Amino acid sequence: MTELQTDPPPIVPPPSTPPSPPPRADRAVVRDALTVGLTVGASGAAFGVTGTAAHLSVLQTCALSLLAFTGASQFALVGSLAAGAAVPAAVAGALFLGLRNCLYGLRVGPRLEIPRALRPLAAHVVIDETTAVTLAQPERRSARIGFAVTAISLYLVWNLTTLAGALGAGALGDPSRYGLDAAGPAVFLALLGPRLREGGTERSVGALAVLLALAAVPVMPGGTPVLIAVAAVPLALALRQARANHARTSAGTDHAGTDHAGTDHAGADEEARR
Amino acid sequence: MTVWIAVLATAFGCYLCKLLGLSVPAGLLDRPAVRRFAELAPIALLAALTALQTFGQGTHGLTVDARAVGLAAAGIALWRRAPFLVVVLLAVVVTALVRLL
Repeated sequence: MTELQTDPPPIVPPPSTPPSPPPRADRAVVRDALTVGLTVGASGAAFGVTGTAAHLSVLQTCALSLLAFTGASQFALVGSLAAGAAVPAAVAGALFLGLRNCLYGLRVGPRLEIPRALRPLAAHVVIDETTAVTLAQPERRSARIGFAVTAISLYLVWNLTTLAGALGAGALGDPSRYGLDAAGPAVFLALLGPRLREGGTERSVGALAVLLALAAVPVMPGGTPVLIAVAAVPLALALRQARANHARTSAGTDHAGTDHAGTDHAGADEEARR
Repeated sequence: MTVWIAVLATAFGCYLCKLLGLSVPAGLLDRPAVRRFAELAPIALLAALTALQTFGQGTHGLTVDARAVGLAAAGIALWRRAPFLVVVLLAVVVTALVRLL
């Protein structure tokens, strides 16, 4: 999610500088990391309010922030429970979202080279924000600083604001009066935004998922429309494949087809690079 | 009690996902099809959740209300590359203002 506010990687000093990086570069990483930790962490308040509005206790709401510590899954779980989903469906939706953290681990692991003993602890904070900051760094030292500072500041702020939100919710009364029921979907949308910029396949998946989920609401049990939306992935991939094939076959007969094939190849290249 | 089960199962499962990513040797989960699915599945889920929590009402109802306006404002802010917190706050404030009208 932090592609949004992560500044471009700090300017690296010229190569003539001695091996130990100057404190200026370190300070820049720390500043970026703190910006992410503090701003994103503050939305823990929205989660605290949402959690208690969904009839979780203050303790349950805080337990999620402390132990699950991955915003999208947390919002998904309480949202599904509030909408009357059965526990297995609600948990499955949250875990599906949590799967992306597994991919993040695959990417940040080699960058950080975390000592084996620290891995169980470090794993807990491998999430959207820490990954974004880590991958934006040009070298291992700044990657490690960025990861650690983002992780610690975000963990502290996210959990403190969750508690504040959960406690404050009772005093507020009906949270929808303050528009706080829009916080959850807005968090999802903000996480989604940068992904939709990545390419046509991403946008097709998003659009198909919305259609599938909304179509499923009236007829399927609570909590399942989210899971059904995952079918958008194979569907979108099949559609793109069919279009690419179509473009390739018509490429032999006319020039318009060649153009199509060209753009599809560009898309494929772009995907291959990631 | 069932809520506690949901909370703890989610916490445990989420932690396992994170630990797995850091623990498996690079390349094991790196088959292109697996990777592509794992990259795209969150997009499907986030898009679906955005739509469901914007238009959903109760278990089986759909409606267009103040949330839709708030989310539209958030969408515009996002398109203009506003920071995360601004996007969320804007959705909340606009939704609240529409309800006041």
